[in-house]
Formats: sequence, C-alpha cells, structure tokens
Amino acid sequence: MTSPPAPPRVRSRHATASSPRDPAAAGESPAARRRRNWVTIILFLLPAIVLFGLLVLAPIALAMYSSFFKWNGFGLVPTNFIGFENFTRMLNDKIVIGDLWRGLSLIGFSLLIQLPLSLAIALLLNQKMRGRAVYRLIFFAPYVLSEVITAVLFTMILSPGRGLANELLGLIGISESTFLSEPDTVMYALFIVMTWKYFGFHMILYLAGRQSIPNELIEAAQIDGAGAWKTFRHVTLPLLGPTIRITIFLSVIYTVQLFDLVYVLTGGGPVHASETLGVTMYEFGFRRFQVGYASAISVVMFLLSLIFALGYQRFVMRRDTEGAITNMRAAR
Amino acid sequence: MSMHARDKPAVQVAKPIALHTVTIVIGAFVLIPILYGVLGGFKTNQQLSTNPIGLPDPWVPSNYTDVLASGSFWLQLWNSVFIAVATTVITVGVAALAAFVFARFAFRGRELVFTIFASGLMFPFAVAILPLFILLRFFGLLNNPLGVILPQAAFGLALTIIILRQFFRSIPGEIEEAAILDGCTPFGFFWRILLPMARPALATVSVLAMVSSWNNFMLPLVVFNDPGLWTLPVGVQQFQGQFSADTARILAYVVLAMVPALAFYSIAERQLIGGLTAGATKG
Repeated sequence: MTSPPAPPRVRSRHATASSPRDPAAAGESPAARRRRNWVTIILFLLPAIVLFGLLVLAPIALAMYSSFFKWNGFGLVPTNFIGFENFTRMLNDKIVIGDLWRGLSLIGFSLLIQLPLSLAIALLLNQKMRGRAVYRLIFFAPYVLSEVITAVLFTMILSPGRGLANELLGLIGISESTFLSEPDTVMYALFIVMTWKYFGFHMILYLAGRQSIPNELIEAAQIDGAGAWKTFRHVTLPLLGPTIRITIFLSVIYTVQLFDLVYVLTGGGPVHASETLGVTMYEFGFRRFQVGYASAISVVMFLLSLIFALGYQRFVMRRDTEGAITNMRAAR
Repeated sequence: MSMHARDKPAVQVAKPIALHTVTIVIGAFVLIPILYGVLGGFKTNQQLSTNPIGLPDPWVPSNYTDVLASGSFWLQLWNSVFIAVATTVITVGVAALAAFVFARFAFRGRELVFTIFASGLMFPFAVAILPLFILLRFFGLLNNPLGVILPQAAFGLALTIIILRQFFRSIPGEIEEAAILDGCTPFGFFWRILLPMARPALATVSVLAMVSSWNNFMLPLVVFNDPGLWTLPVGVQQFQGQFSADTARILAYVVLAMVPALAFYSIAERQLIGGLTAGATKG
C-alpha cells in the first residue's frame, strides 16, 4: 500500500457509506461503471438474499398463509381454507390465553426483580474490589450453558427425592416441596432458573453501560454533596437509560419466544401451569398435527414481538439508537 | 452522609467485607447448582438420596467413565462441533459479503434491503419452526446436517450483518481508494484488505454464531430423528428421558456436556462478551 493520496476523481467510484443518496459514480464514465457496480452488488448480496429469503422469509410467509387453513401438515401448502377460525379458536382456548398471562407474569417478574437485581450486582462489581474479574467470570458463566443443559440440571436439583433444593430448604426448616409438579410453585421455580441463567447477561450489559459513563460525572455529583443514593438516582440511573431500555426490550422479546427451557424443565406442566406460547405451538404442530392452528399461534408470537419491537423502538428507544427500523424512516 | 468523616476507618473496613459477603452469596447461588451436578455425578443414586449435599463417600467415577466410554456422547459432541463450525463458516462468509456491500456501496434501496435483513433479529426459530420443517421436508433435508446448518446460518445473518457493516464502515475510505488505485477489484479489496483488517470483528461474530449453534435445541430436535445425528442438547434431553430414574448418571452426562461450552467460554470470553454488548446496543 504505497500509493499517493488518491486524486479526487477516483474517490467517487465507491461512494463511502455515510451518504446513501450519493450517486454511485459522479463524474467519470458513469454508465459502464455503474453497471459494473451493480453486478458486484448483486453477486455479493445474492447468497445472503437466497439464504434469507428461502429459510427465513419464506417460512414466515408460509406460517402466515397456513394460519388461515385447517391443515394436518401433509404436503407443501394447505388447501382447506377456514378464514380466521384458528384465531377465533385461540380466543377461547384457555391454554393460549393462559400462555399470554404467564408470559406477562414472567415479564413482570423480570422487570421488577431480575433486571433490578442484575443492575445492583453490576454496580456492585463496578466497585474497586479484589477478585472482581473472577466474580464477573463466574456470574456470567450460566449464560454460556445451553438452556437444555440448564433445564436438565435443575430438573435434578428441584426433584423431590435426591434434589438439592429440598435439602437446602430443609436446613432452614422449610418442608419438602415438589416444585416442578405443583401448579402453584412451578412458575416461581421457572423464574428462579431463568434468573440463574440470565442475570449475568444483563449484568454484563449494565457493566458495559456503567463503564461508558465518565467517572468525572459521578465524582462531580459527590463533590456537590450528593450521597450514594442521590448520585445513583440522579446521575447513574439516567445515564444508564439506554442500556436499561435495551435490556427490557431483550427480556420481553425473549419471554414471548421462550421454549427450550420450559419444554425441557416442565414440558409446560403440570396441567399447563407453566406452558408458554412456544410450547403450545410445538404441541399442536408436532404432536397433534394441527399445523394450521399451530401456525396461527406462531403468527401471534411473531406479531407480539413485531408490534412490541416497533412500538418500543418508536416510542421508547427513539432517542437512544439509530436502530435498523428507525433507519428505514430516514431512507424513505 | 454527614457522619462521613467520623466513620471513615470503620467504613473502610466494613465496606469491603460487606461487598465480598454479597458477592460470595451470589457466587454461591451460581456455583452450587453446578457443583451439585459435578459431585452428584460421583455418587450412586443411593448416595444422592441419603446425602444430596455432601461430598461423595465413596467417590464413584463409574458414571463419568460410562458416559465417556459410550460412543454416543462423543458422537453428539462431534455432531455439535461439526454443525457449529459449518454454521459459523457459512453465516460469517455470506454475511461478510453482504455487509461489505451495505457498508461501502451506495445504491437505491440499500437501506430498505438492509432493514429487511436486520429485522431478521426479530424472527426466532420458534416462529418459523413449523413451516421450516415443512420446507426442509420438501427439500429432503430432514435427517441431514444441512437441514440444521442452513437455517441456522440464515437466522444468524441479521446480527452478523449488522455488526460487520458497522465495522466495515469504520475503515477509512482512503484505504479503499489506494487499493483501487493499485488495481484492486472490489472483491480483491474485500478479500485481501478488508477481511484481514476486520479480524477482531470477524472473531466476535464467529463466536456468537458458534455459541448460538451450539445451544440450539428446537431445530435439531425436529429435524433429526436419527440418533446418529443428534447434537449435545438433543442428546442430553433424550438421555434424561431414557434414564429418568438414574439421576447420578444424568448428572454426569450434563456435567460432561457443560465442559466444552465452559472451556470455549474461558478461551473466547472477550469476543463473546464484546459481541453480546455490541449486538445488544447496535441491534
């Protein structure tokens, strides 16, 4: 790379990213060059478009299409059109309605307990203390384990006879419980397992957010006489706003789509007490071969995610990120 | 807060102690379940019933050695590795080409196409799994590693493209101009200059693709009927179903299945955490 500074006429050949509206080639031999650029663009994009179109967009479209049919899943496309029947059926399906409530309560738990806890731990680990790196490493470790492994491990821990949980609770005088097979306790057990696995992830995000706040700001507040709580409330917390909004977003989206952990830990039971939309969809689609109905459930999952994501980006995160979706408005 | 000055010595001692106490309690919350698994694997089922918490007495290595001696564990490990590596290569390769175009070419409709890809972040397997299954059956890709690899790559594109585009944009235009002046084709620039410069970003997205493939459960669960193709998550889940009464052996299996992920984490911690924070803030 020993070339002199580029003369201006070359610069426009590949207009660099920041200005999408720039004509690709301003100035010299435009037509041929532009055509060559288009060939490059198309060749480079082609693999991604094929893969994405065939295996992401087409399935989603097929799911939407088949949600209007009664279909046992044979063949490539359904034929027995029934309109909105699958959706009206869902309105009267106690399990599906229950899934929504359970999803909401998991979201509530996450926002009220899991995220504040993760934030507190992040701020704790932000203090100067010995062994901080080790703690961080340990706290994050559950996140790298797969949900299946987590679920199987906790099935054993929460099991009545040989499990760890009862033994530990017994030590502090709480009597034996079969957490996973009682409708009253199963959601709490599920939430604790979720927290075990995910608080470290949120903690890491908060830590990164906290570390991007200049310490001068915190110190200035302290010099001005703000105590620990006031500094947190009026300086740290507002500056962590973007990070907090993102973790809330991720938490909600995750809960809407929750499957692996529940399927392996409880199978949705006992008597649907811990079932999620994902599990219900799987049951109908792969066990009972009611593919049309299952598709309708997955469409609802999709719409919930989509509406939430769009609304959230539009109204809550607007100031924080030039997210993918906000970019679209700019381009239009 | 007004007592600040007077309390200082006491605070200076008390604060670290309080800090450590809290962190140690949290550490215990994280580690005890794993420790229970590790120790449980060294017990017999009878020991587990009478003594779930304490150390094994005597230590029984047979649960672990049995699993290690069985072919299925190693086969599942190999399947997981193979599928993760193939997924990563395809995801990163395809995404890098696309991200290059999105980052360094200006053309009509670019942002729209990019947005469509980026919105893929919101399409999880759970939503597409049924039609995906039907499509894969139509293409004859059930019970075929490609039936898991290709959809995983497709679903990984969104995040990978977003992160790589961000990085490619940050490479100064002068470098590209110089390369073009020296007679580089766009592909030559991409292959010989951009990719080597983007090594840290490539490492990050590779680690992310690897981990999400490694942990994927739903797709291999429905695509692979043949036990010879099962990945570790499917294997662990099936193993639990098969030996549900044999807690100690399941614990041994789970613990062994954790080892590769934890080992990988200890090596690639920086890329993993860097990637997750980048993915979360830029997605």
